Amino acid sequence: MSKPKSHRFDTLSLHAGSAPDAATGARATPIYQTASFVFPDSDHAAALFNMERAGHVYSRISNPTVAVLEERAAALEGGVGALGTASGQAALHLAIATLQGAGSHIVASRSLYGGSHNLLDYTLPRFGIETTFVDPRDIDAWRAAVRPNTRLFFGETLGNPGLDVLDIPRVSRVAHEHGVPLLVDSTFTTPWLMRPFDHGADLVLHSATKFLSGHGVVIGGVLVDSGRFDWDAGAARGKFPTLTEPYHGFHDMVFSEESTTAAFLLRARREGIRDFGACMSPFTAFQILQGIETLPVRMQRHVENTRKVVAFLDAHPLVEDVGYPELPGHPDHVLAKTLLPRGCGAVFSFNLRGTRAQGRKFIETLNLFSHLANVGDAKSLVIHPASTTHFRMSAEDLAKSGITEGTIRLSIGLEDPEDLTEDLGRALHAAGKT
Amino acid sequence: MRISVNGGECYAYTGFHRLDPAQPTIAFVHGAANDHSVWALQSRYFAHHGFNVLAVDLPAHGRSAGEAFATVEAIADWIPALLDAAGVAQAALVGHSLGSLAVLACAARHPERVASVALIGPAAPMLVSDELLAAARDDELLAYEMIVGWSISAARQLGGNTVPGMWMTGSALRLMERTRPGVLHSDLTACQSYGNGLVDAAAVRCPVLAVVGGRDQMTPVKGARALLDTLAGVRVVTLQGAGHAMMAEQPDAVLDALRTFLQATPRR
Repeated sequence: MSKPKSHRFDTLSLHAGSAPDAATGARATPIYQTASFVFPDSDHAAALFNMERAGHVYSRISNPTVAVLEERAAALEGGVGALGTASGQAALHLAIATLQGAGSHIVASRSLYGGSHNLLDYTLPRFGIETTFVDPRDIDAWRAAVRPNTRLFFGETLGNPGLDVLDIPRVSRVAHEHGVPLLVDSTFTTPWLMRPFDHGADLVLHSATKFLSGHGVVIGGVLVDSGRFDWDAGAARGKFPTLTEPYHGFHDMVFSEESTTAAFLLRARREGIRDFGACMSPFTAFQILQGIETLPVRMQRHVENTRKVVAFLDAHPLVEDVGYPELPGHPDHVLAKTLLPRGCGAVFSFNLRGTRAQGRKFIETLNLFSHLANVGDAKSLVIHPASTTHFRMSAEDLAKSGITEGTIRLSIGLEDPEDLTEDLGRALHAAGKT
Repeated sequence: MRISVNGGECYAYTGFHRLDPAQPTIAFVHGAANDHSVWALQSRYFAHHGFNVLAVDLPAHGRSAGEAFATVEAIADWIPALLDAAGVAQAALVGHSLGSLAVLACAARHPERVASVALIGPAAPMLVSDELLAAARDDELLAYEMIVGWSISAARQLGGNTVPGMWMTGSALRLMERTRPGVLHSDLTACQSYGNGLVDAAAVRCPVLAVVGGRDQMTPVKGARALLDTLAGVRVVTLQGAGHAMMAEQPDAVLDALRTFLQATPRR
């Protein structure tokens, strides 16, 4: 008996979770656009409701098309399972709400997507959940921020917008020393560039709107569980009662006893998706699945194009600096080589030499780059963070996040790279004449 | 629930129900480097349908303390102690893989304690390849990957889990990764060294169900043939397409086979 072969990443991108439809033979994953599913009989209905048989009841809780996406995301990340959500923001909220409530605390990187920052800094305190933001590169700051009521560490694989590379092995070690899990937003890297679970993260979320889809036509999120975190370890101190104590909302189930490896996902589905209701539509799941089928080839091209654009900008006299971890001057250059050997993604920022007016002229002169608030599209995108995604942040916080008035963020698409550099060159020239 | 068996603390999943002396009891015994959670759907069903359930974590597995048993016979002799500790005179025993050998041996050695036995993925002898045993001794992560690769049928390796959103391969691997060092090797050695399978099978007098997977590579149907031929009156259910991890691959089919068998078996 030789060692069994497991399927590789590209194969899983195409096949994981799916099979030809048993009813029709359809090769593509069907869109099960239905709110509910017929029960064969009353006993079967009760068994589904009581988690004695597997299956679907109501599409807010689970849906066959969404389940294919969830399984595929889990396979690609190396997790035990996943949950599809209405958006990446919904995935973040679901993760937090599953683990903690009023009176608890989060330690988070301060280099976060603006939407995540809003949720943590402005909204969750209203529900009794506080967050301490730390410099993601300062390991001692993560440690120092821990409180007795800390329940979660949170960061992004590549911080927004300065592309701070999260040192997942070290940050997760600090988290685990304090008995809390590390949740990582892996939107910018996708599992093709890095699988955070391989480095010590416990939970991963994606805004699937971005690179997983690649087409920019849906809003969706995915939350994946590694199945590794030991929720029971802190049970004596009442650390994660949502997972280790009876839940009166579902047959007094103790989720960590019900499932040794998937307690978090069980609670998230049986409570979070059920009660908060931020579920993913089957059509959205289908469209994300279409994207994931080509994720490996797209990500390779995204990275190749980005390297050419980065080289072009880095050599341009009107560009102050380019923040891309593959450049030797980036603070995380060495770490990136270890954690991101395939590349550092296709989103980065650079600073223009010049005035705010010149920045505006640059963006408005671009032709191929679309000026909008998104990343990870097959088409190239541009935005001015200080006036859009991060506009709620104070000048001090902006500076801490590495954002200036002249910072421009690009998301490099799949166009011919020469066309992209020509477009950028033309816009830089126009800005220079302003 | 936590329960003291022969002075050792062990865990048994009950479906979060108290044991009712008026109800029949089913004890579920998992396989090598697994725990009670492999029976999640099936054990939960019976806990809600008129049975006491004891889905146990064997010593040194899951939430149970102690040392792993070195032989199948040792597990077989421990099961009556578990029943004693739970205040249960007699139970139906359901075992998977290593657990199937343990419940078979228990039925032969302690017939007064066993109402019926269900063998899920059995074989006797249950031969373990030298390659796997060596990996279990020297490189447990490799051994877990080998077992998961052989236990899940080719079709399910790509997914299609009936439990929404769960990746079967990842779940199986992660569960095994929680196993304490040395336990897998002990479990596999117990399987390999159990030479009394056919003798014990000939001695069993209670009703027996065997559930075999048509695509099982760990305990192939042909490997179970001698055992099935020896068991008097055994009811055999073959799950076409299922691999060794059949409680995960075809949970409803396993449940239905158990339901039909256990509900038809006289309750003593």
